Amino acid sequence: MLVLTRKKNESIMIGDDIEIIITDISEDKVKVGIRAPKTMKVFRKELIQAVELENQSSTQIDKLDIKKLEKIIKK
Amino acid sequence: MIIQTKFLGELEIEDSDIITFEQGMLGFSHLRQFYFLAVEGNPYLSYMQSLEDSDICFITIVPAAVVEEYNIEICSDTVEALKVKDQKDVELYAILNIHGEIENATVNLKAPVVINRHNKKAVQELLNDDRYDIKHPLVKES
Repeated sequence: MLVLTRKKNESIMIGDDIEIIITDISEDKVKVGIRAPKTMKVFRKELIQAVELENQSSTQIDKLDIKKLEKIIKK
Repeated sequence: MIIQTKFLGELEIEDSDIITFEQGMLGFSHLRQFYFLAVEGNPYLSYMQSLEDSDICFITIVPAAVVEEYNIEICSDTVEALKVKDQKDVELYAILNIHGEIENATVNLKAPVVINRHNKKAVQELLNDDRYDIKHPLVKES
Protein backbone atom coordinates (compact mmCIF):
# COMPACT_ATOMS: atom_id res chain seq x y z
CA MET A 1 0.00 0.00 0.00
CA LEU A 2 1.20 3.47 -0.89
CA VAL A 3 1.26 5.78 2.13
CA LEU A 4 1.66 9.54 1.65
CA THR A 5 1.93 12.32 4.18
CA ARG A 6 -0.30 15.32 3.50
CA LYS A 7 -1.02 18.58 5.28
CA LYS A 8 -4.29 20.44 5.46
CA ASN A 9 -5.47 21.64 2.03
CA GLU A 10 -3.02 19.42 0.22
CA SER A 11 -4.34 16.82 -2.14
CA ILE A 12 -3.63 13.63 -3.99
CA MET A 13 -4.54 12.85 -7.57
CA ILE A 14 -5.58 9.34 -8.54
CA GLY A 15 -5.46 9.04 -12.30
CA ASP A 16 -6.50 12.13 -14.22
CA ASP A 17 -9.83 12.88 -12.68
CA ILE A 18 -9.96 11.81 -9.05
CA GLU A 19 -8.74 14.25 -6.44
CA ILE A 20 -8.61 13.57 -2.71
CA ILE A 21 -8.25 16.74 -0.65
CA ILE A 22 -7.47 16.90 3.05
CA THR A 23 -9.79 19.72 4.11
CA ASP A 24 -9.44 19.59 7.87
CA ILE A 25 -7.43 17.79 10.52
CA SER A 26 -8.33 17.56 14.16
CA GLU A 27 -7.08 15.34 16.94
CA ASP A 28 -8.43 11.99 15.76
CA LYS A 29 -10.33 12.93 12.62
CA VAL A 30 -9.52 14.04 9.13
CA LYS A 31 -12.01 15.60 6.75
CA VAL A 32 -11.51 14.42 3.22
CA GLY A 33 -12.95 16.01 0.10
CA ILE A 34 -13.33 13.82 -2.94
CA ARG A 35 -13.61 15.21 -6.42
CA ALA A 36 -14.47 12.41 -8.83
CA PRO A 37 -16.58 11.84 -11.95
CA LYS A 38 -20.26 11.37 -11.18
CA THR A 39 -20.16 7.78 -12.35
CA MET A 40 -17.57 6.94 -9.69
CA LYS A 41 -19.16 5.32 -6.66
CA VAL A 42 -17.87 6.82 -3.43
CA PHE A 43 -19.08 5.36 -0.13
CA ARG A 44 -17.95 5.04 3.44
CA LYS A 45 -16.66 1.48 3.72
CA GLU A 46 -18.82 0.88 6.81
CA LEU A 47 -21.93 1.50 4.73
CA ILE A 48 -21.02 -1.21 2.25
CA GLN A 49 -20.21 -3.61 5.07
CA ALA A 50 -23.46 -2.73 6.88
CA VAL A 51 -25.51 -3.46 3.76
CA GLU A 52 -23.68 -6.76 3.23
CA LEU A 53 -24.52 -7.77 6.79
CA GLU A 54 -28.09 -6.57 6.42
CA ASN A 55 -28.53 -8.62 3.25
CA GLN A 56 -27.16 -11.69 4.97
CA SER A 57 -29.36 -11.17 7.99
CA SER A 58 -32.39 -10.60 5.75
CA THR A 59 -32.08 -14.13 4.37
CA GLN A 60 -32.15 -15.66 7.85
CA ILE A 61 -35.91 -15.90 8.07
CA ASP A 62 -36.68 -19.06 10.00
CA LYS A 63 -40.43 -18.88 9.71
CA LEU A 64 -42.39 -16.68 7.38
CA ASP A 65 -46.00 -15.89 8.22
CA ILE A 66 -46.96 -14.15 5.01
CA LYS A 67 -50.60 -13.67 6.07
CA LYS A 68 -49.54 -11.84 9.22
CA LEU A 69 -47.10 -9.76 7.22
CA GLU A 70 -49.83 -8.78 4.77
CA LYS A 71 -52.09 -7.78 7.64
CA ILE A 72 -49.44 -5.51 9.13
CA ILE A 73 -48.79 -3.80 5.82
CA LYS A 74 -52.47 -3.15 5.19
CA LYS A 75 -52.79 -1.16 8.42
CA MET B 1 -37.78 -24.85 -15.68
CA ILE B 2 -38.45 -26.36 -12.24
CA ILE B 3 -36.66 -24.76 -9.30
CA GLN B 4 -36.42 -25.45 -5.59
CA THR B 5 -37.57 -22.52 -3.44
CA LYS B 6 -37.14 -21.75 0.23
CA PHE B 7 -40.75 -20.94 1.05
CA LEU B 8 -42.86 -22.37 -1.76
CA GLY B 9 -41.33 -25.77 -2.40
CA GLU B 10 -40.75 -26.80 -6.01
CA LEU B 11 -41.99 -24.35 -8.60
CA GLU B 12 -42.18 -24.36 -12.33
CA ILE B 13 -41.07 -20.95 -13.53
CA GLU B 14 -40.83 -19.00 -16.73
CA ASP B 15 -37.47 -17.66 -17.87
CA SER B 16 -39.09 -14.25 -18.20
CA ASP B 17 -39.47 -14.06 -14.40
CA ILE B 18 -35.73 -14.37 -13.81
CA ILE B 19 -33.80 -11.23 -12.93
CA THR B 20 -30.03 -10.98 -13.24
CA PHE B 21 -27.65 -9.11 -10.96
CA GLU B 22 -24.55 -8.94 -13.09
CA GLN B 23 -22.50 -7.86 -10.08
CA GLY B 24 -24.34 -10.07 -7.59
CA MET B 25 -25.95 -8.81 -4.40
CA LEU B 26 -23.85 -7.16 -1.68
CA GLY B 27 -22.60 -9.95 0.56
CA PHE B 28 -23.71 -12.50 -2.05
CA SER B 29 -21.54 -11.56 -4.99
CA HIS B 30 -21.67 -15.19 -6.23
CA LEU B 31 -25.47 -15.12 -6.62
CA ARG B 32 -26.50 -13.63 -9.93
CA GLN B 33 -29.89 -15.00 -10.83
CA PHE B 34 -33.08 -14.63 -8.86
CA TYR B 35 -36.66 -15.58 -9.48
CA PHE B 36 -38.85 -12.60 -8.75
CA LEU B 37 -42.37 -13.57 -7.77
CA ALA B 38 -45.10 -11.32 -6.43
CA VAL B 39 -46.88 -12.64 -3.35
CA GLU B 40 -50.27 -13.73 -4.67
CA GLY B 41 -52.96 -11.14 -4.18
CA ASN B 42 -50.60 -8.62 -2.62
CA PRO B 43 -49.50 -5.54 -4.55
CA TYR B 44 -46.53 -4.78 -2.27
CA LEU B 45 -44.70 -7.97 -1.42
CA SER B 46 -42.53 -10.23 -3.54
CA TYR B 47 -40.21 -13.16 -3.13
CA MET B 48 -36.74 -12.86 -4.58
CA GLN B 49 -35.52 -16.43 -4.70
CA SER B 50 -31.95 -17.28 -5.66
CA LEU B 51 -31.72 -19.80 -8.48
CA GLU B 52 -28.19 -20.75 -7.47
CA ASP B 53 -28.89 -21.36 -3.78
CA SER B 54 -32.38 -22.54 -2.87
CA ASP B 55 -31.81 -21.54 0.75
CA ILE B 56 -31.48 -17.86 -0.13
CA CYS B 57 -34.72 -15.99 -0.57
CA PHE B 58 -35.30 -12.31 0.11
CA ILE B 59 -38.69 -10.80 0.79
CA THR B 60 -39.09 -7.43 -0.87
CA ILE B 61 -41.59 -4.65 -0.40
CA VAL B 62 -42.54 -1.70 -2.54
CA PRO B 63 -41.14 1.40 -0.77
CA ALA B 64 -44.45 3.24 -1.22
CA ALA B 65 -45.98 0.79 1.27
CA VAL B 66 -43.51 1.99 3.91
CA VAL B 67 -42.83 5.69 3.30
CA GLU B 68 -44.96 8.33 1.68
CA GLU B 69 -42.15 9.65 -0.40
CA TYR B 70 -39.23 7.71 -1.80
CA ASN B 71 -37.44 10.07 -4.09
CA ILE B 72 -34.04 8.66 -4.83
CA GLU B 73 -31.35 9.45 -7.29
CA ILE B 74 -30.09 6.45 -9.21
CA CYS B 75 -26.49 6.93 -10.24
CA SER B 76 -25.62 7.12 -13.90
CA ASP B 77 -23.45 4.03 -13.55
CA THR B 78 -26.50 2.00 -12.57
CA VAL B 79 -28.59 3.51 -15.35
CA GLU B 80 -25.89 2.37 -17.75
CA ALA B 81 -25.48 -1.08 -16.20
CA LEU B 82 -29.22 -1.66 -16.41
CA LYS B 83 -29.34 -0.20 -19.93
CA VAL B 84 -32.34 1.91 -18.97
CA LYS B 85 -33.94 3.48 -22.01
CA ASP B 86 -37.23 4.51 -20.50
CA GLN B 87 -37.59 5.62 -16.91
CA LYS B 88 -40.95 3.86 -16.78
CA ASP B 89 -39.16 0.50 -16.99
CA VAL B 90 -37.42 1.07 -13.66
CA GLU B 91 -38.89 -0.66 -10.62
CA LEU B 92 -37.72 -0.22 -7.04
CA TYR B 93 -37.98 -2.70 -4.22
CA ALA B 94 -36.71 -2.64 -0.66
CA ILE B 95 -35.54 -5.73 1.19
CA LEU B 96 -37.40 -6.74 4.33
CA ASN B 97 -35.54 -8.03 7.34
CA ILE B 98 -37.81 -10.13 9.48
CA HIS B 99 -36.36 -11.23 12.77
CA GLY B 100 -38.46 -12.55 15.62
CA GLU B 101 -41.85 -10.92 15.74
CA ILE B 102 -43.09 -9.62 12.41
CA GLU B 103 -43.96 -6.31 14.08
CA ASN B 104 -40.22 -5.74 14.56
CA ALA B 105 -39.39 -6.22 10.90
CA THR B 106 -37.27 -3.56 9.22
CA VAL B 107 -36.96 -2.36 5.66
CA ASN B 108 -33.67 -1.49 3.97
CA LEU B 109 -34.41 1.82 2.28
CA LYS B 110 -30.70 2.61 1.98
CA ALA B 111 -29.97 -0.07 -0.58
CA PRO B 112 -32.97 -0.71 -2.81
CA VAL B 113 -33.08 -3.30 -5.55
CA VAL B 114 -33.45 -1.54 -8.90
CA ILE B 115 -34.87 -3.64 -11.74
CA ASN B 116 -35.19 -2.76 -15.37
CA ARG B 117 -38.48 -4.49 -16.15
CA HIS B 118 -37.68 -4.36 -19.86
CA ASN B 119 -34.55 -6.53 -19.83
CA LYS B 120 -34.73 -7.97 -16.26
CA LYS B 121 -31.35 -6.61 -15.28
CA ALA B 122 -31.04 -5.70 -11.61
CA VAL B 123 -28.67 -3.83 -9.32
CA GLN B 124 -28.68 -3.26 -5.59
CA GLU B 125 -28.18 0.48 -5.43
CA LEU B 126 -26.40 2.05 -2.48
CA LEU B 127 -27.60 5.53 -1.56
CA ASN B 128 -25.58 8.38 -0.13
CA ASP B 129 -28.82 9.76 1.25
CA ASP B 130 -29.27 10.46 4.93
CA ARG B 131 -33.06 10.43 4.70
CA TYR B 132 -33.16 6.69 4.27
CA ASP B 133 -32.06 4.08 6.74
CA ILE B 134 -30.83 0.50 6.46
CA LYS B 135 -33.20 -0.49 9.23
CA HIS B 136 -36.36 1.51 8.72
CA PRO B 137 -39.13 0.07 10.92
CA LEU B 138 -41.89 -1.62 8.91
CA VAL B 139 -44.43 -0.63 11.52
CA LYS B 140 -44.47 2.97 12.63
CA GLU B 141 -43.95 3.26 16.35
CA SER B 142 -47.07 4.65 17.95
